[in-house]
Order: sequence, then C-alpha cells, then structure tokens
Amino acid sequence: MSGSKRKEVITFSDYDSRGARRVEAIVRTFTMIVTIAMMTLVLFLLAYLFVRGVGSINWQFLSDIPRDRMTGGGIWPAIAGTLWLIALVSAFALPIGIATGIYLAEIAKPSRPVRVLRVAIANMAGVPSVVYGLFGFAAFSLALGFGKSLLAMGLTLACVTLPVVITATEEALKQIPNEQRQAAMALGCTRARTLGKVILPTALPGILTGAILGLSRAAGETAPILFTGVAFFAPVATDVMQPSMALPYHLYIMATQPTTPAPHIVWGTALVLTGMLSITNAAIATWRSAKRRKLQW
Amino acid sequence: MVTSPAKTDLPSKKDRAGRFVLEDVSVSYGNEKALEAVSFYIEPHKVTAMIGPSGCGKSTLLRCLNRMNDAIDNVKVGGKIMLNDKDIYQKAVDPVSLRMYVGQVFQRPNPFPLSIYDNVAFGPRTQGIRKKAELDQIVEDSLKKAAIFDEVKKSLKKHAFELSGGQQQRLCIARALATKPGVLLMDEPCSALDPISTGMIEETVQQLKESMTVVMVTHNMQQAARVSDTTVFLLRESMEEPAGLVEVAETSTLFTAPRDKRTENYITGRFG
Ligand SMILES: Nc1ncnc2c1ncn2[C@@H]1O[C@H](COP(=O)(O)OP(=O)(O)O)[C@@H](O)[C@H]1O
Ligand SMILES: [Mg+2]
Repeated sequence: MSGSKRKEVITFSDYDSRGARRVEAIVRTFTMIVTIAMMTLVLFLLAYLFVRGVGSINWQFLSDIPRDRMTGGGIWPAIAGTLWLIALVSAFALPIGIATGIYLAEIAKPSRPVRVLRVAIANMAGVPSVVYGLFGFAAFSLALGFGKSLLAMGLTLACVTLPVVITATEEALKQIPNEQRQAAMALGCTRARTLGKVILPTALPGILTGAILGLSRAAGETAPILFTGVAFFAPVATDVMQPSMALPYHLYIMATQPTTPAPHIVWGTALVLTGMLSITNAAIATWRSAKRRKLQW
Repeated sequence: MVTSPAKTDLPSKKDRAGRFVLEDVSVSYGNEKALEAVSFYIEPHKVTAMIGPSGCGKSTLLRCLNRMNDAIDNVKVGGKIMLNDKDIYQKAVDPVSLRMYVGQVFQRPNPFPLSIYDNVAFGPRTQGIRKKAELDQIVEDSLKKAAIFDEVKKSLKKHAFELSGGQQQRLCIARALATKPGVLLMDEPCSALDPISTGMIEETVQQLKESMTVVMVTHNMQQAARVSDTTVFLLRESMEEPAGLVEVAETSTLFTAPRDKRTENYITGRFG
C-alpha cells in the first residue's frame, strides 16, 4: 500500500473508494477460487469414479448374484436391498417427518414442549449414525423383536432421515409469506383448507427436495444397518422380515476384504450407488427449479 | 360519538350491503391496549374511510370487522361489534362464514401462485361451486367489477405473478368480489401502487358501493376526500395511552369544517 503506483482517479467528493473496491476484488477472487477448487474436486471425484467403475457395468453385473466367492457375478441383491430400504424409509420417514414439520410450522403455538421438541430434533440431526445403528439394534431388533431384518434396518434409517425431513418441511413452510395465509383466511378458508390448497402445494417442491436429500443420505449409510440386518451375502429379500444385502455395506466389505481382492466389483458398486443417488437428486433439482421459477415473492 | 341513528333496514336477499355498529370497541395485544372506546356506525352502500397517523390502530380496527384478528396470538377485543344486528364476537358466530360475507383486500397485493382464473375462482370453489359455466361467469363478472377484465381476458391462464403490481392488486379485488361479499374491507390498498393504478382502484371503489359497503383504511387524506362518504379519524396521542376515535363525520364536513381541533391539526398537516 505504498501508493506509488496508484492509478489516478477522478473524484467528486473527499471519498475515494479505491480501498473498498480493492477489498471487494479480493473477496470476489477468493470466493471464486474456492468455488472453482471445490467444483474441480467434485468433478474429479465423479470422473475418477466413472473411469474406474464404468468397465464393470454390464447387464450381468446389474442383474446377477455374486459368484465365485464374491469375486465375480453381479450385485443385484445389494441393489434390490437398497431399493427395499429406500421404499421402507420413504414409507416411515416421509409421512411422520412431513406431518411433524407441518405441526411445528403451521399448528403448534410457541410453548415449552414445542421448544423442547425443536431442540430434540436438532440434536437428532447431530447424533452419529453408528449410534443410530446401536439404538436401532436395541429398539427394533431386540426390544420389538424384528431381529436382523429389512424392517429393523428401514426403521433405523428412518430415524436417521427424520430430522432432515422435519427440518426441510418446516423451512419450506416458513418460506411462504404470511400474506398468503391471510389471503386464504379472508376468503373464508379454514386452517385445513388454507394448508391443503395454498400452503402445501406451494411448499411441496421444497419439502420434496429435503425429503429426497434425506432419503439419499439414508440410502448411502452403512453404520445404521450394520447391526440391524445387513448381510454379507443373502438372496433378494421377498419380505421385510428377512435380512438383506445393501450397496453401501457391500462396497464396504468388498473394499476391506484382504483375501479375495476384486477391485472391479468395488468400483462398479460405488458407481452404481453414486449414480442412483445423483440421478434422483438431479431429477428433483430440475423439477424444483422449473416450479420455483414462477415463485418470486 | 355516534353520529347517525341505527334505524336502517336490514339488507334484504337482494341487497347484501352490510351495516356495522361499533359500541365501545377496544383492542389489546397482550398487555398493551392499542385501541379504546371506539363507537360509530358504518352505513350500507357508503364508502367509509379510516384515516390517522400510522400506528393509530386503523389496521387493528379493520381486522376486527372480519375477525382476522383471530389469527394473532394474545389479541383481545372488547366492546361490541354488530353486523346487521348480530354481534360478530359472540361465541356462536362462525368466523369462516363471516369472512365469506366480509371480504378483505390487503396493503400489498397477495395473489396466490396460481393462474389469474384460479385466483378469482378460489373463493367460489371454497364455497363449493364446481360447475365450469358458473365459475366462468363469476370470474368474468368479478374481473369486470375490478376493472381488470379487458387487460387479462385473453390470458386468464397466465400466472398471476406475471402481472404488474397494480394489476395484481385489482386481481386481488376481483378475487375478494368473487365470493359476493356484502362488505369489502381495504387496508391501504393503493399504498404500494402507482398513481394510474390508484386512480383505477378509486374508481372501482366508487362503483362497488352500489352493491356493497366499503371500508377503506388510508393514510392518504386526499384519497379519503376523493373516495369516501364518511371519514373516521383515529389518533393515538401518546405512546402511553391507547389510540381512540377523534371524529366521525360526512367526509365533506370533516375536511372542511372539522369539529375537533385535533382533526383540524391533522388534516392541515400539523402532525402525523
Ligand atoms: N400483530 C400485532 N401484535 C402486537 N401489536 C400489534 C400488532 N399489530 C399492531 N400492533 C400494535 O397496535 C398498534 C396499532 O397498529 P396498527 O393497527 O397496525 O396501526 P395502523 O394500521 O394505523 O398503522 C401499534 O402500536 C402496533 O404496534
Ligand atoms: Mg396499517
């Protein structure tokens, strides 16, 4: 800051904004560099995954059971297991989570129990997933007697997902301006009709985005299903009381098997799992931005 | 402070315009009393303007008339508000049915994120009207009454958010009219609008009083003078005490020969 090489500027008052503009330039450059670095990292990760994994992907890999002591064949039981889990988590976590979010945002009056509930939900989001695994084992496998089963795994993963869905629902509902509620009320809508005809349709994209985000988190978790029913090898489950394979766990065991290394299965599994989740996320993001474009409050 | 006798006939089936009698109305938010001892009549087929500096309780009083206050925590309304000889704060009153009869237009345009048509049809659909032809007719009539039909008749399917602010506000008026109210409450409906839109809305208000009663809050005295038949002047004289009613009079009288010194000070711009 010697000032020797400062460019001449024409000023009209005592104020000279060169200092402020320099700060602005630094902030802009810094944030841009960080963003580009992050994006490069993510793209590199995806590209690497793709390059390593794409060779393994073929019809047999997607549709066959593991063969040759887990060094060949396919991963269909793990894919099916993960699809089972997504369905179960949706069935448990979405209705309960969305209903709780609606209650917190639209119905509950501020009170002590409601504040406690909010804190509890915030804390639920901070509990490590392996602790959920332990809790799920104690509560669902043992206490409720579901044993090692898809049901126990689904319920445990639903607990992991619940705070995400609740928070997303509550946030999406809070985004909707109060004027909308007043408009409906002044037209003679009951609370329920206001909710059903004005609030929920508008908030739906936000709610679903949160829900899908939560679901894909759950679908990628290993720790919560570790004790509650995930199997090293099992046929495709035909009902929810059976144990099952699942993609993240399959990836974990294949990557940590010292004796029978099969890297093509590891990378293939990783690509299938990531691909499944990215495609869902991209689809929901596209749908949402199409809906959002019209909503400029 | 009551200025006219209560001997108006009740609205018949055909004439739906409502009549309010306010007796000693007071409103508090929690422990703070916002408004006290307000008594006056709102006559049918008249435009009643409520004026006063901001914070004097105009919106608060307006929200009492269709019980929109019910949605605010800790509000207490005292005194008596009679609409067509029925106390609207009685236990047995159905507030939803009340709001179908007493419509409201808000300060900022607040259309729903729906098409123009669906915005106007919203109220009638809530009332259970399903027939397409009937809805079409109501939508057209309401848009015409709100002086926006010609601008939007070719694009009823267009999203309401694509309209300008002034058009959106007229759409909101049409939406309120579609439930066929007997009273229309308007809370500073032009404060966010340009002069041309304001002029259109003022003209609309003049025509609406043929079929209903209009109560309009405005902070703009010229507007009150232009559109209203009766003017109500509210004032909060200090932060320690609640606001109250200073004067109710025929608009031309209130603006030319105010009885109260405070009214005179206000309309001549000496405070507020
Ligand atoms: N929702 C509310 N909660 C608490 N106090 C309120 C609320 N609305 C208005 N008030 C208070 O009531 C008084 C009158 O406000 P308002 O009716 O909005 O006045 P105006 O519309 O004339 O500007 C103000 O002191 C304001 O702070
Ligand atoms: Mg106001």
